[in-house]
Amino acid sequence: MKSRRFVLTFPPETTGEPITYNLIRKFDIMVNIVKADVTPGHIGHLVMEMTAPPGILNEGLEYIRGQNVECVPIDRRITYRKDMCIHCGACSAVCFAGALTMDRTTAELTFEPEKCVVCELCLTACPLKLFSIDLG
Amino acid sequence: MSRKRTVEEINEKIRKGKAVVLTAEQVAEMGRETGSAGVAEKVDVVTTGTFGPMCSSGMFINFGHTDPPIRMEKVTLNNVPVFAGIAAVDAYIGATETALPHDQYGGAHVIEELIAGKDVLLQATAKGTDCYPRTEVKTLISRDSVNEMIMFNPRNAYQNYNAAVNSTLKMKYTYMGTLLPSFGNATFSTSGELSPLLNDPEMRTIGIGTRIFLGGATGYVAWHGTQFNTGKPLNEHGVPVGNAATLALIGDAKMMSTQFIRAAYFEKYGVSIYIGVGIPIPVLDEDMARQVMVRNSQIETNIVDYGSPGHEILGRTDYHSLFSGEISLNGKKIRTAPLSSLKIAREIAERLRSEILSGNFFLTAPVEGFRKTRGLNSLKIRL
Repeated sequence: MKSRRFVLTFPPETTGEPITYNLIRKFDIMVNIVKADVTPGHIGHLVMEMTAPPGILNEGLEYIRGQNVECVPIDRRITYRKDMCIHCGACSAVCFAGALTMDRTTAELTFEPEKCVVCELCLTACPLKLFSIDLG
Repeated sequence: MSRKRTVEEINEKIRKGKAVVLTAEQVAEMGRETGSAGVAEKVDVVTTGTFGPMCSSGMFINFGHTDPPIRMEKVTLNNVPVFAGIAAVDAYIGATETALPHDQYGGAHVIEELIAGKDVLLQATAKGTDCYPRTEVKTLISRDSVNEMIMFNPRNAYQNYNAAVNSTLKMKYTYMGTLLPSFGNATFSTSGELSPLLNDPEMRTIGIGTRIFLGGATGYVAWHGTQFNTGKPLNEHGVPVGNAATLALIGDAKMMSTQFIRAAYFEKYGVSIYIGVGIPIPVLDEDMARQVMVRNSQIETNIVDYGSPGHEILGRTDYHSLFSGEISLNGKKIRTAPLSSLKIAREIAERLRSEILSGNFFLTAPVEGFRKTRGLNSLKIRL
């Protein structure tokens, strides 16, 4: 089984296709919606974790993309300028999801995008403003 | 009779390449095995380091004279107002001053850009006088074009500081970072056992004139820092609990590096600046050996509620717990996070150690020690 988080971007004209329902029913993919901002007539975003064997997961992704919905792994949507980082830890203070943590041995910031829930708190908590999130 | 040595003797060993120099973390580890007598016997110098946000910082700058000259009265650098109420082309860039309405860019950024060697826009106006007839200047300046860049920080290197929590139901944006509601996190800002003034809590070896590492260059302790307070209660290990002593530091910013001076913006609070400070501590005797052996578990601080109007003290914790990622307050586990960079504090202590070992950095005995204080005055509203 493989768990990965994706950002789905819905165009305003998306049909009423029940994508998450179909991912569960037709593909047997475990779906966990992390964040949703979908309004009819507007570009919508859905951040969700999908858990399934790799082959099944790929089939699910193909299905999503076939519905004219953009589907990008979450780590491609988050930019962290590590080369500029001073490893102060201020971002880890607000990251309740545990994607940003301090390594006890090296005292370096560890960033695991897979755990990100796109709460966006790190964007403002970082005193050097090194994080950016592009949801498209 | 335990081993004693003077600063002169230590400098002689540095000159001969025979000094034993350890970082404060290394000596804390060594002390567990050898005890203070062993440390006093074997170690000459212990290096410390810290890299945290230190708002009370800034830089004097002398722009050089134009022809004809100007007695600058209102001055901005990259649109950030700087203090020009001193002689004609001298100014002081305060780290926290901002270029309103762009309050995320301030004096700290100007200082960092000048240290990085970048061009900065200088704009100045004056009424014009017989001896300084020019009334306006608009030009670019840089590190290499100005005469002096003297960093002078009235309050740096706090000896210990509060751990911050937020009891309210709303997010609090503070100089201690973003505090999540309902005790969602706790932040702290020292390098613990690596911190300069926690390795010499009585300041036996640190005083006016002490040579230090400042921002990547050699600096000096100019004076005690503002809000200097030696009246804080000590714990059983002789460490003040909560924010106590401070240092006023001076150094040549032209020699500094942006690796150790970085501008910062704390959300809905304002601009601050990360300053790298390292102080070498001579192990003069067994008493100093005991001080430099201090471990994170022996350094305690107050847990302060930044959500309450009076910043109520809710409890006490130690740096071993704070660095572990979790503290306990009234039975509740709270996730912790630092604001000062332990990684860069370690680099500073290690760099200072290398410079001493290679004979490029010598220790100084203070020209004068610091006075003792009984506490701080508060500002009374008398009108």
